[in-house]
Amino acid sequence: MTALIEFKGITKRYGQGQAEFLALRGVDLSIEEGDFVAVMGPSGSGKSTGMNIIGCLDTPTEGEYLFRGTHVELLDRNQRALLRRHYLGFVFQGFNLLSRTTAQENVELPLLYRGESAAVRDAAAKQALAQVGLNGWEHHTPAELSGGQQQRVAIARAIVTNPTLLLADEPTGNLDTQRSHEIMELLVSLNEEQGITVLMVTHEPEMAEYAKRNITFVDGKVADDQRTRPLSGKVAEVA
Amino acid sequence: MLWNSLLLALREIRRNLLRSFLTILGIVIGVSAVITMVTLGNGATQAIKNQVSSLGSNLLQVRPGQRMFGRGGRGDPQFSMADIQAIQSQISGLAAVAPEVSRNATVVAMSNNWSTSVTGTSNDYFVAGNWELTSGRTFLPEEEAAGQTVCVLGATIQRELYGTADSIGERLRVKNFSCQVIGVLKAKGQAAVGRDQDDAVIMPLKAVQRRLLGNRDISSIQISVADEKDIDRVQTQLTELLRERRRLGNGADDNFNIMDTRQIAETLSGTTQVLTMLLGAVASVSLLVGGIGIMNIMLVSVTERTREIGIRLAIGALEREVLLQFLIEAVVLAALGGLIGIILATGASIVLAQVMQVPYTFNTSINLLSFVFSAGIGILFGYMPAKRAARLDPIEALRHE
Repeated sequence: MTALIEFKGITKRYGQGQAEFLALRGVDLSIEEGDFVAVMGPSGSGKSTGMNIIGCLDTPTEGEYLFRGTHVELLDRNQRALLRRHYLGFVFQGFNLLSRTTAQENVELPLLYRGESAAVRDAAAKQALAQVGLNGWEHHTPAELSGGQQQRVAIARAIVTNPTLLLADEPTGNLDTQRSHEIMELLVSLNEEQGITVLMVTHEPEMAEYAKRNITFVDGKVADDQRTRPLSGKVAEVA
Repeated sequence: MLWNSLLLALREIRRNLLRSFLTILGIVIGVSAVITMVTLGNGATQAIKNQVSSLGSNLLQVRPGQRMFGRGGRGDPQFSMADIQAIQSQISGLAAVAPEVSRNATVVAMSNNWSTSVTGTSNDYFVAGNWELTSGRTFLPEEEAAGQTVCVLGATIQRELYGTADSIGERLRVKNFSCQVIGVLKAKGQAAVGRDQDDAVIMPLKAVQRRLLGNRDISSIQISVADEKDIDRVQTQLTELLRERRRLGNGADDNFNIMDTRQIAETLSGTTQVLTMLLGAVASVSLLVGGIGIMNIMLVSVTERTREIGIRLAIGALEREVLLQFLIEAVVLAALGGLIGIILATGASIVLAQVMQVPYTFNTSINLLSFVFSAGIGILFGYMPAKRAARLDPIEALRHE
């Protein structure tokens, strides 16, 4: 079976000459469908860069990146955008919701780009918001929501298209402990019940414990890769 | 895709009401200022042209003295009835030759009094000046010959002294004598040089010479040329004839001047055209300031918009979808601003034209020009930052500070 994601010698270089900096130094990595991967590592280790490349938000300088066997590094901007549109969902540390835009409209946005009808958008967005526990908050703008609620809206926006892969860059980075655990449980249930592959960057080991596999980046390379739970099967409750 | 982008653009406009409003405002001010000023300037030019042509067509005005305007040449001899007869008999192609004298006097009727100019002339005066009667008649030959005290009233005199009452056959007192009203002229309105042409009492030449002036001089001659093509020839012949009659030697300057209404028209409309251009230039500054306002608003929101573009790209928007949305947004705002500007300008122009008593005409080219200019700025500065942002990798757009 082909892996969902395969990195072969991925290198990312920033700057030139004296200022040259290698964020990734020939990373080889493979992620299976249905997995829940936590990527850890100190800042500057390349973990976010790696995830941005996986999410087609950034392009590698060298190396091959295969998404379900497709060579992503050969795709043009529009093809990468379509890949994001149809297979990926994003959750960012800073939420990145559109300001002055209601939760409902934020969640509908990916569907609008998919060309769904108003009725389908409305129903799907309501369902996604209900799934993250935000029924009744559809018409609030980000400014009227707490950080935890905003991150839930962001998750609802990421899952409304029923993506293959959910990418979360420090999803709990701006939240307090209790909210963080709520968000993690939400991610676990999406992985368990909907079979969405989750790739999460975090620097909190506590949050990484929810995952099935922990990858640690150091200096632009994979330093440690451990399977903490079986690929298929329930994640045990964390005490 | 077009429909989606339109929907997104309209949402975006509604969401950023203040920004949208300010953008529209900049365009509205620019567009309406330019259109109003230029329309009014053109109206003023048109009004002056109308008034000059109402003086009479193909009209030559002959006065003693060298200068065209002002009261120069006091010492130069006046004209006489013999000059008039000489002109009539020796120059061909003339529609009318009217002698003219005038004096300011107070006229009284129906216990109203009014200070006006009393003009002495012949029936040719009405021909030369394109005057029409609203009631009554012009002078009879015997009235002219005998210098009888009959008068034709300008519309202003009729209004001020008699109101709506019929004045024909009434008696009007001028200084120490009275005259009978035989006709009332149709109104022409304010003259180009600011004098009310309708504020006049017209009598036979001899009556004014004898009763008001006490001499037989003629202070100016109005000549109407039958065919416009003959004006130059008539002018040359007239100069020769008058030099001869006034015994001017070869080297001597003319001691009279001939003014052509075409010249007056050209001079005056030249002046107002300069004024219109000046107004237009001032208004262009406001268009420019409006444009800079639009630029500022658009550029200030670049950071916010760049992040927004990053978000849209991240969740799967294509570059061209994002650009189309921003383009539509800019076009809608610019078009809306332009339309409001044109509507405002049209309203303001109509009202101001009424107040200033100049004709209103819709000037298509200036409407189009100012609309295109401000809409262009709106679109350019709404679209360019978006174009730059949409070219970035999504992650760079998202990180934009």
